[in-house]
Amino acid sequence: MSLLDVQGLGKSFGGVVAARNVRFGLDRGEMLALIGPNGAGKSTVFNMIGGQLPPDGGTVSLDGADITRLPPRERFRRGIGRTFQVAQAFLSMSVAENVQMALISHHGESRALWGPARTRHRDEALSLLERVGLAEAADRPCAALAYGDVKRVELAVALAGAPKLLLMDEPTAGMAPRERAALMDLTAEIAARDRIGVLFTEHDMDVVFGHADRVLVLVRGEIVAEGTADAIRENPRVREAYLGDAHALAAPGGARP
Amino acid sequence: MAKASMFRWLTLGLVLGLSAPLAAPGALAQQPPIKIGESNSYARQAAFTVPYRNGWQLALDEINAKGGVLGRKLEVVSREDGATTGDATRVAEELVSREGVTLLFGSFLSNVGVAMADFANQKKIVYIAAEPLTDAITMAQGNRYTFRVRPNNTMQVGMLMEQAKASGAKRWAIVAPNYEFGQSAAGAFKRLLKEQIPDAEIVAEQYPALGKIEAGPTVSALDQAKPDGIFNVLFGPDLIQFVREGNTRGLFEDKTVLSLLTGEPEWLLPLKDEVPEGWIVTGYPWDEITDPKHKAFIEAYRTKFNETPRLGSLLGYTVMHMIRDTIERAGSTDTDALIKALENARFDTVAGPVTMRGIDHQSSMGAWVGKLKQKGATGGMTDWSYKDGTAYMPSEADVKAVRKE
Amino acid sequence: MDPSFLAVQALSGFASASSLFITACGLTLVFGVTRIVNFAHGSLYMIGAYTGATLVPRLLEWSYGPVPFWAGILASAVIVGLIGILIEVLLLRRIYGAPELFQLLATFGVVLVVQDLVVHVFGPQDILGPRAPGLRAPVEILGRRFPSYELVLIAAGPVVLGLVWLLLRKTRFGVLVRAATQDREMVSALGVNQALLFTGTLFLGAFLAGLGGALQVPRVAANTGMDLSVIAECFVVTVVGGMGSVPGAFLAALVIGQLQAFGILIFPKSTLVVVFLLMAAVLVVRPYGFFGRPEIIGGGHAVGIVSRAPSRATLPLTVALMILLAALPLVADAYLLKVAIEILVFGLFAFSLQLLIGVGGLVSFGHAAFFGLGAYGAALAVKWFGAPMEAALPLGLVLAALGAALIGAFVVRLSGIYLAMLTLAAAQILYAVAFQWVDVTGGDNGIVGVWPSPWANERTVYYLVTLVLTAGAALALMRIIDAPFGYSLRAMRDSEARAEAIGLHIRRHRWLAFTLAGAAAGLTGGLYAFSRGSVDPTLLGIPTSVDALTMLLLGGIQTITGPLVGAGVLHALRDQIMPLTDYWRLLLGLAIIAMVLIFPRGLVGTVQHWREVRA
Repeated sequence: MSLLDVQGLGKSFGGVVAARNVRFGLDRGEMLALIGPNGAGKSTVFNMIGGQLPPDGGTVSLDGADITRLPPRERFRRGIGRTFQVAQAFLSMSVAENVQMALISHHGESRALWGPARTRHRDEALSLLERVGLAEAADRPCAALAYGDVKRVELAVALAGAPKLLLMDEPTAGMAPRERAALMDLTAEIAARDRIGVLFTEHDMDVVFGHADRVLVLVRGEIVAEGTADAIRENPRVREAYLGDAHALAAPGGARP
Repeated sequence: MAKASMFRWLTLGLVLGLSAPLAAPGALAQQPPIKIGESNSYARQAAFTVPYRNGWQLALDEINAKGGVLGRKLEVVSREDGATTGDATRVAEELVSREGVTLLFGSFLSNVGVAMADFANQKKIVYIAAEPLTDAITMAQGNRYTFRVRPNNTMQVGMLMEQAKASGAKRWAIVAPNYEFGQSAAGAFKRLLKEQIPDAEIVAEQYPALGKIEAGPTVSALDQAKPDGIFNVLFGPDLIQFVREGNTRGLFEDKTVLSLLTGEPEWLLPLKDEVPEGWIVTGYPWDEITDPKHKAFIEAYRTKFNETPRLGSLLGYTVMHMIRDTIERAGSTDTDALIKALENARFDTVAGPVTMRGIDHQSSMGAWVGKLKQKGATGGMTDWSYKDGTAYMPSEADVKAVRKE
Repeated sequence: MDPSFLAVQALSGFASASSLFITACGLTLVFGVTRIVNFAHGSLYMIGAYTGATLVPRLLEWSYGPVPFWAGILASAVIVGLIGILIEVLLLRRIYGAPELFQLLATFGVVLVVQDLVVHVFGPQDILGPRAPGLRAPVEILGRRFPSYELVLIAAGPVVLGLVWLLLRKTRFGVLVRAATQDREMVSALGVNQALLFTGTLFLGAFLAGLGGALQVPRVAANTGMDLSVIAECFVVTVVGGMGSVPGAFLAALVIGQLQAFGILIFPKSTLVVVFLLMAAVLVVRPYGFFGRPEIIGGGHAVGIVSRAPSRATLPLTVALMILLAALPLVADAYLLKVAIEILVFGLFAFSLQLLIGVGGLVSFGHAAFFGLGAYGAALAVKWFGAPMEAALPLGLVLAALGAALIGAFVVRLSGIYLAMLTLAAAQILYAVAFQWVDVTGGDNGIVGVWPSPWANERTVYYLVTLVLTAGAALALMRIIDAPFGYSLRAMRDSEARAEAIGLHIRRHRWLAFTLAGAAAGLTGGLYAFSRGSVDPTLLGIPTSVDALTMLLLGGIQTITGPLVGAGVLHALRDQIMPLTDYWRLLLGLAIIAMVLIFPRGLVGTVQHWREVRA
């Protein structure tokens, strides 16, 4: 049984179909990329799996349990961590406190009225920050970090819930190319070590073909192709979808934008 | 506790003690003035209270020009009471504990008056309610420290009730602002109607919020009940809108209308050329007063302020002189002495002799009752007479039944 | 009931609806383009009424007839439109990007300024304008007389709707207004002269407010209470209709006009409550009103407390301050103690609001509701059950907490400006209940005789009681802000999406925050009632809510101790300055505007910032 199982997921806004009969699975420890041209419905699919958007039909199951109708907070409790296309962090807190906040929630202490928050689960937070390479910045205000580092904080926060599944919506958007590879290497390493399944969308084909074990191609709300990176690159339907965007499918190490 | 005021008293005592042997006229000017606390709704109820302030100012100037009282000048510390009970007691507190005033007077709205009476009782300081008309101030909420100068609702309604009897109207409608004054006046009307015209009935009652009348719906709701008599307690902007709407829709035609206070210039002048003629009202026909002493006051007021007097002017003037007389008779500013000097005391006022009844601290000041009439561009009163309050005061038995002391 | 009566009643309802729509239409247009809820819109209406009532009689003296009359009405509206331009240029354009709280407060500052200026310019008297020439005689409708001017008003609403529709559809200005209402970014992308568009919109909005006010001249005396009463109704209309929607405002005005006309027959004493209940009901079913869209509401502008390293000086400083405060009765006289009691009470009141605004990012504009509930709870316990202070204070607190839990349950479904509006409406409902349920609450009279138990009646003792209770509550709130619960609220304020994604139940936390803040505010309300011996509906009024917000702003919204300092400073200033001047509201209003424009960090915030810059 796969970790994540998506069956017949559909969503339309007004008359516009954003997702139609989307089905796929994802295993523990696997890195799965969801790609497609702009407006293909990637974010819609993503937000239906994350719980931010209710689907019109279909099911989403995690470890065999139906989570289609659960709000995001319940999915977190079931082991889904996520990052956002535009990084979402608690900018009024320090870096460590961001992670501590997630740990406090994970331990069900968010409504405790006594005992300072800043001393709770600090060691655990520091070790998570260590893993994403931000240990030194632990006590800096999150608002003072570079954008790339905020993305790392997000990753540490997502990991604080001890997730089985990590959803990353354009994890490298807005980052410098070198940072992108570093972040995805880190993610892949963590996924492999903790046997976490990772579903991510991405525009940068270097990132996709460099890190994804498997790739899903979404065009006009439908999955048109699925397979390994190499298979996808050769797929004529994908080429058609990306017509005029030849560079996007070039082999790694090719021309960069 | 109260160290500053204790210090103040000690100093005062010392000064008085030292200066007593030297009580020559020359030394008088050096004595500190007697401070009187005053608060009123000068912003929200300016139509009445500003002329009222002019009135007591005129009296104060006269008093001090003649050397003040007990050889000391009178000083009035005046404050805005915000037209709310909370602000009023707040400034009262400031007047008493910071300014160290001898007594308090003032207030316009009846609910504020009731709160001030309660405050006076709690802080054991004399409070003279000038305008608030609700019976409660001298009846249910009355207390040892609170006095009232104007004829209360029961008295004024009683004066109008004689006219109600004469009119023969049996189906009565009531319209009154929904706060202490209006409720109290409506209550007095219902009570006296039952006593004096037992076969009359109340067919409609409307209680719009003070200052927030929806005149159209109110008028049509009253009209719907087809009354042959209307008792009105509205004043200020509510009254203007009510009259205009009532005139337009013919509400007042062929009906007896009794109206509290509408003959007072403060409420009559804004009606301009839309005065509802024939309304039977209490008011102040200053333009037709002939009594020389009263005329002298009117002339002095017109000269000083370049405007015609309102009832408030007369009241402020009267109250200030009564306070002076009280302090003089008490011989000191001690609260107990002041109370003694007020109870059952007789005062000569420009409106005539007035007695402060000891049992309920209600003065016997009367009111002018007459009919409204358009006089050129504004309204005035006609067929009026001054009714002394004594005959209309609540009976001693009634007073004893409700006062808690 | 007789049909002619019903017909006349319905016509009255249409006439009020028309007037209300004309005014509210301006408010909704301005909001659509600028995203500012202009509190001063009611003040513009009031200026329109005063200007009309002063100008029109002069014109009629010069030449009596319908032409000068209507010219005077239009001229008044134009004058108000020009004042609108003045407000836009001097104030609004400086705060378009500011957090909603600052926008609301700054425009409320204008309300205060205008209140004093109107008294200064037009005098304190209510001014009744002349009747419309040619429309003095009533019309017979089904055998009943009906004022002909009301018929003109009934027509005026649809006419204005039509003209505004034409303006929006057929002119370039209208296209831009609609574009800005749909999507603000788009307008800046189109390279439009934004300044001109905004100024133009403000002129139009103010013109409509002025027109609404001037049209009242023959039926209502211009008075100084008009501004707040009409703005409360306009808020209801725009919120029920959907913020930014002109047809929505029209429909809402119609519903409310009829509700008032017939409500007076069924609930003669609860017309105010009925209107606000309608608003609450609509918002529960359709959170964005009839035609509103969620995306118009920005939100996400929250400013508030940020993490700071704990200072070692905090504990000794707190202890020292407590000792100083406890020793105050040794040196202070009775009056100073009275002032100190009020400062303590309002300090905690503002601080309880800080839990919602500074910590939770929930801009509550109706915090007076909980203060008033606490005060009324205590006073009612004294009045009806003869409860002593020891029992009445906790009862007030419980009533306020229950009220906050109930109101909070509705409010936490919303965010941003709608949340501010709904809290305001909730406070207005309670105000109306206290004001109109005379048998229980005493109405306008309030309740008197709410004095402390004999042992605490002495000023010094009551001061110490207040000190212990307020300081205890404030310290507890500080712990809570520092505890996981306070951090969770901040997390939701910073990013709702992130908070939800780490498993936080946003509505439940916020609901709990409302309940806690309400309880603390309720305690202060009870203490206040016993300190002055009475309660009255103004405790629940808009100015009380604004007082708390002003204290927050003055002290600094991003600081924990700011509200306490703000309460002290504002109260001390009020105490010293108010007796000296007739222009206290003007000064206060200008001070609020100045703080928003040049001093948004507040006192404590500025000191902190200054120390950080130096460090």
